[in-house]
Amino acid sequence: MSPLAILMSAFILSIVGLGFFIWSQRAHLTDPSTEGSEVIFAAGEIGTPEEPAAPLATRPAAGADDAELAARARADASTAPLVFFFYCCAFVWLLVASAAGLTASIKLHAPDWLTADAWLSFGRIRTVHLNAVAYGWAPMAGLGTALFVIPRLLKTELVGGRYALLGAALWNAALIAGLGSLAYGVSDGLEWLEIPWQIDLLFVAGGALIGLPLILTLRRRQVAHLYVSVWYMGCALFWFPVLFLVANVPGLHHGIEQATMNWWFGHNVLGLFYTPLALASIYYFLPKVIGRPIQSYNLSLLGFWGLAFFYGQVGGHHLIGGPVPGWMVTLSIVQSMMMILPVAAFTANQHLTLKGNLAALRHSPTLRFMCLGGLMYTASSVQGSFEALRSMNAVTHFTHYTVAHAHLGLYGFVSLVFFGAMYFVIPRITGRDWPWPRMISAHFWLASIGVAIYFVSLTIGGWLQGRAMLDESRGFMESVLLTLPYLKARSVGGAMMALGHVIFAAHFIRLLTARGASRRAQPASPFATAAEGI
Amino acid sequence: MHSETRLILGGLTTLAVATAALVVLPYITIADSAPAPGLKPYTPTELRGREQYIQHGCVYCHSQQPRARAFAPDAKRGWGRATVAGDYAYDDPPLLGTMRTGPDLMNIGARQPSDQWHLGHLFQPRAYVPGSIMPAYPFLFDVRDRADEGETIVALPPGTVPEGEVVVARPAALDLVAYLKSLDRSYPALAADQ
Repeated sequence: MSPLAILMSAFILSIVGLGFFIWSQRAHLTDPSTEGSEVIFAAGEIGTPEEPAAPLATRPAAGADDAELAARARADASTAPLVFFFYCCAFVWLLVASAAGLTASIKLHAPDWLTADAWLSFGRIRTVHLNAVAYGWAPMAGLGTALFVIPRLLKTELVGGRYALLGAALWNAALIAGLGSLAYGVSDGLEWLEIPWQIDLLFVAGGALIGLPLILTLRRRQVAHLYVSVWYMGCALFWFPVLFLVANVPGLHHGIEQATMNWWFGHNVLGLFYTPLALASIYYFLPKVIGRPIQSYNLSLLGFWGLAFFYGQVGGHHLIGGPVPGWMVTLSIVQSMMMILPVAAFTANQHLTLKGNLAALRHSPTLRFMCLGGLMYTASSVQGSFEALRSMNAVTHFTHYTVAHAHLGLYGFVSLVFFGAMYFVIPRITGRDWPWPRMISAHFWLASIGVAIYFVSLTIGGWLQGRAMLDESRGFMESVLLTLPYLKARSVGGAMMALGHVIFAAHFIRLLTARGASRRAQPASPFATAAEGI
Repeated sequence: MHSETRLILGGLTTLAVATAALVVLPYITIADSAPAPGLKPYTPTELRGREQYIQHGCVYCHSQQPRARAFAPDAKRGWGRATVAGDYAYDDPPLLGTMRTGPDLMNIGARQPSDQWHLGHLFQPRAYVPGSIMPAYPFLFDVRDRADEGETIVALPPGTVPEGEVVVARPAALDLVAYLKSLDRSYPALAADQ
């Protein structure tokens, strides 16, 4: 088979497939009714925001169907202890990852700092940082949010929550073992797949148990229509196990094929796991917080299937100029550019939904995090598409520019969205209000200004570094030395982000330990009583 | 959308297409590329050194994939010709890398064949390359007042360690240096693909 034929067939298959899937849903594509997008509201609830993280005085009374609200409270109650466990783990990994990341960042401009111990050396602590984010913070926050949202969307109680609890325990045990082995110096040697495959077995078992309640709950659903968030979360929970399993089969992958597999996995774990979990959160919480359904349900269909068809094939752009087949790299570049389509669909939808509702940003911490996160999704995706072009990649590949881009995506987009979701969900599952609203503002500004400093400095520094490396008249050391001020600025930005996380975690602990006034009589507060019963 | 079966099947179909393009086809075409003529298998010492390279995360700052002349001046920096699949036949896994915080190392063995340079540079990079931001790896060495017989003493630039002390390379450091010196793909590449 000629490379051109492979290239064309993969591309045409994607386009035809996308057309087919949208066509197969056509009955609702042209349907002017917005029934699909209203499924997240109870009868009579549209126009009523739900924002448990906002100050009490700004929360309107619900004018909705009592029976439906009671059913939703039962759905929340069925997930409360489980989501609480996921979020507690998420907090721990967020702090671990922040400490490891900040240490690694400082080491790049202070290379003689903390050199006595192998586990603190840059190569290991950086890997601990990445894995604590990739398998700790992001999945714990994202899956916890998914487990909270899915029963609400299916209007039923969670079925099989105990499997997910056992799964989460296994998952976290695996991560502790994994980070321990990386710090100790046992690694499989592939980026994003460093954790030894023996430990990966535990992740597979844990992940399967976490996914099981989704299937059990889907079979018990009380709604005919599956809301857009269910598509993203449902597929993410099927995509990840396939990715992780195929990537970690010991002895299967050989030679340079391991590199293509590596970036098939590395990019898809971002695009087909974290991204859909975060987008699903935006699609649920954003309309919920403003009390208005999303503007265009059809655009969300395009956004979803576009992501599903194009994103999977973009990983080869990590190997531009490398010793891999040219057709594969070209295919990935083309599909990277095609990603602009679903991203534009999402962006237009978010913009149209928010139009006229921006006042809600004043009161709603959830919305503030979600809006900024959504904007960063657009920004990082468009940036990523252009970074895949050979002309741009020649400069930015192998530089800190890529690191800046990765943090725009996984922090500016994914993490901010999960912060927003957690501010919404935690009062619902604990039955307690956030005691210090100002701490939420502090967290928001530290995180957003911190990541802005991080991104801008490394983007400039990385670009200059890439330009210097392409100019053979300049010695290599010049490309190193010129990045130093930008690396220091990155540490400042990173320190602000880490401080924001400490405040976030302290606020959470305060919420749990607060007595008296901050307790709120609230139908969806079974965990508070359940916890006291233990 | 009303059918979860259609949703999940659709989702898995899209992933199957991607897997076919990025994993299955490369598996069929390049997984078993023959070793390039001129490429030697690693010795046991070099393989142990490769483990050191992996466990200390050298790959996060050093690439092992010089790019073509049309793309970047890698060859003019002395990093070597663009690599081909056959150059990695004994690499499990290949350590292509994604960053050049430090220089490409695919041909570091040809560029810098001195054991002593590598050992000293690992002990304190800034004693050899002023302004380097590479971490120092003192835990791969012992600093003592004297060396035992058969041990490798590292000759360092004056002032790197206090007067009267010697730096002795641990086996891990010697293995790592053996691996670094084995990184030499300076044989011609054209034959490798054919």
